[in-house]
Amino acid sequence: MSAVLDISGLSVRLPANADRPHAIEDVSLHVDAGETLCVVGESGSGKSVCAQAVMDLLPRPHLAPVAGNVTLLGESLLDATPKRLRALRGERMSMIFQEPMTALNPVMRCGRQIEEVLATHTEMTPAERAARVREVMVAVNLPEPDKLIHAYPHQLSGGQRQRIMIAMALVLEPALLIADEPTTALDVTTQAQILALIKRIQVERQTGVLFITHDFGVVAEIADRVAVMQNGNLVETGETRRVLIAPEHDYTRMLIAAVPSLEPPQRTLITASHVALQTRSLAKVYGGGGLRRRRREVHAARDVDIEIHRGETLGIVGESGSGKSTVARCIMRLVEPTAGEVLLHGEQIGHLSARALRPHRRRIQVIFQDPYRSLDPRQTVGSAIMEGPRNYGLSREAADARTVDLLSLVSIDPAARGRFPHQFSGGQRQRICIARALAMEPEVLVADEAVSALDVSIQAQVLELLDEVRERFDLALLFITHDLRVAAQICDRIAVMHLGKVVETGPTAEVFANPRDDYTKRLFEAAPGRGWQFGRIQSEA
Amino acid sequence: MITSIKSVELTQPNAGRPDGVWRLLRGHTGVLFGLVLIAVMVGAALLAPWLFTGEVTTMDPINRLKAPSGDYWFGTDMYGRDLYTRTVYGARISLVVGLCVMGLSLTIGLFIGLLSGYLRLLDAVIMRIMDGLMAIPGILLAIAMIALAGASLTTVVLAITIPEIPRVVRLVRSVVLTIREEPYVEAALTAGTRLPKMLLRHILPNTVAPLIVQGTYVCASAIITEALLSFLGAGIPPETPTWGNIMAEGRALFQVSPWVIFFPGICLALTVLAINVLGDGLRDTLDPRIARRM
Repeated sequence: MSAVLDISGLSVRLPANADRPHAIEDVSLHVDAGETLCVVGESGSGKSVCAQAVMDLLPRPHLAPVAGNVTLLGESLLDATPKRLRALRGERMSMIFQEPMTALNPVMRCGRQIEEVLATHTEMTPAERAARVREVMVAVNLPEPDKLIHAYPHQLSGGQRQRIMIAMALVLEPALLIADEPTTALDVTTQAQILALIKRIQVERQTGVLFITHDFGVVAEIADRVAVMQNGNLVETGETRRVLIAPEHDYTRMLIAAVPSLEPPQRTLITASHVALQTRSLAKVYGGGGLRRRRREVHAARDVDIEIHRGETLGIVGESGSGKSTVARCIMRLVEPTAGEVLLHGEQIGHLSARALRPHRRRIQVIFQDPYRSLDPRQTVGSAIMEGPRNYGLSREAADARTVDLLSLVSIDPAARGRFPHQFSGGQRQRICIARALAMEPEVLVADEAVSALDVSIQAQVLELLDEVRERFDLALLFITHDLRVAAQICDRIAVMHLGKVVETGPTAEVFANPRDDYTKRLFEAAPGRGWQFGRIQSEA
Repeated sequence: MITSIKSVELTQPNAGRPDGVWRLLRGHTGVLFGLVLIAVMVGAALLAPWLFTGEVTTMDPINRLKAPSGDYWFGTDMYGRDLYTRTVYGARISLVVGLCVMGLSLTIGLFIGLLSGYLRLLDAVIMRIMDGLMAIPGILLAIAMIALAGASLTTVVLAITIPEIPRVVRLVRSVVLTIREEPYVEAALTAGTRLPKMLLRHILPNTVAPLIVQGTYVCASAIITEALLSFLGAGIPPETPTWGNIMAEGRALFQVSPWVIFFPGICLALTVLAINVLGDGLRDTLDPRIARRM
């Protein structure tokens, strides 16, 4: 088979003040017709820069190719004129982005956006264009294409928007499709459908697909070949099976070993200790009220009954909009529950006034998802950790001593406590957030997607740390996640949420082995790469 | 998710670091131009008695309406008063009005805006009052206040300040509304941080950069409004030389002796230009995200 895309010895320079001279260095890859090449790597590995270099979307002059060649169907791209590149984009190569909401024009009807591609690149008459738009919308399995042609992007679901993006990318039947993390922003069940769609189209039309992802589950689902990148260098390429089963490079081995397995490890159930936190028919309704007309009500959570024992980890698993974060926020009292009770060691805290709640605040602490926004950029990390204890009357000296202890506990040099958050990496910041939560000596720790924004290798370390502090301080850990792999590894019990309701609870191993609820079954079936045992590969340095 | 993190990383390194800000500022020609001009104006205003000036009110009927010359650099007005002296002293009033209005409206606006943005119950009430204030034309309000309280520097400053407050409140409120949703604010809340500390420690610092930028625009517009009020005869009493007063007096004669209006007018234009250019430069450096959007 001939190569659709051939990248040889490509280097892209970074600006002078960056942490390394090149975004990518001496990268050579090729994509054949009818094959999917997955480029995998952690954040900052240069995988997206590769795609941008091919599409000529690099943010010049900050990033510019300095060496190498990129050829598409034998035609060199790096020295093509802007006019020629514009013609090639869409006709010969096209791209799907991560966030379908921002990649579509919000004030243009979906059908019109697809049609625009045809109007720019072809001589088709309006009637022919309309027919072709409808045809491609059917091809990407959009329901009711006649209705969706006239819809605006915000009226569609995330999955539908991504299908519109794919329809736009495919309408001219390009030889090369570049997909940059196209399913990262989607829920697992939607992700499974989009992956199946891309796979089907690629087989039917013999398109070459360059698929960029950080998720080895996705790689296992879709890739024919894999290219692994680290710090701008290509460390390994090969057949998917070969790379996943017998990775040659140490870095690949480490990455694959860090992917949490979907098979829960053996855990002894904690039932003897008393209940730390309990909710009884907890409900939260958004909207409603309104002076003259009743506004639309959204039942974010309904009849949620959960309980967590001391020293136990309860996972709440669900897709976006399932209400898992709402439950956490009600428990934290960051939002007012509409109905139901929150009991902390038997004491009702769900409806206390702000003043009466204050003594209880310190007993429940939280770790948020985004390590870049959870710390005040203008506050030193030491003072962020001390703030809570100082609020509750601890002396400066004692609070500082506690900060030093906690920072050593989370493996951060206590001497760095005078530094600001931007001087730390994402994983380090998440450790600092854990230290900040522990400084309050809480009884319940809520981790709201606490590892979702981290690379797999760092994710594994933070999970280990969370498990360690739970055991050491006998904490009740409420772990909220959309990631089944993570849930399988850390939770003693899990509660699956769907549309605001808990549809199934039970010990993790039991739920994973025999899901009873239909939705749970669907959720587990959609987990990418479920047939692979990534965690089994031992990392040997 | 991942894209948002990348963008934060790109904008973060220089934010809130004084050394970085100063380095960037020095490289900006607009800022340099604005700073030098403002320094000249402030210098002239402060050192007015030593800059070869005479008495502000000394009349010299023989030398009325003399064109600019070696003796009278900017010429004389219809009473024979030296226009150079009057223009240099006039800078004092303009700058005092600009700075006072800026300081007052920023302080009051910041205080109201912080409360309004953070406390939802107060917000509805405060913002309706602000909407009401914004509906009244600023000049009209100023003329009404001066008619009621009498013309003086204090009244003029207050009269210009009041219509500026709602603008500052809106700006601060919009920043607070985005910051209050940040996880670090929620984390501070769960750590038992009380309201005053929350506002001062976590929210206020984020409003400083846009406030400084807004401050320069307030200052420039206050200087113009003061001149306008004086020109209309509704401002500072006519015996005090201000750029607006001098121009108002020269209005009737400007076809015969245009220099009476020309020199204070040029000073006014240059000062306002300098302040606005400085503001643009500050905006570009302190708040790159807004700069790219404008």
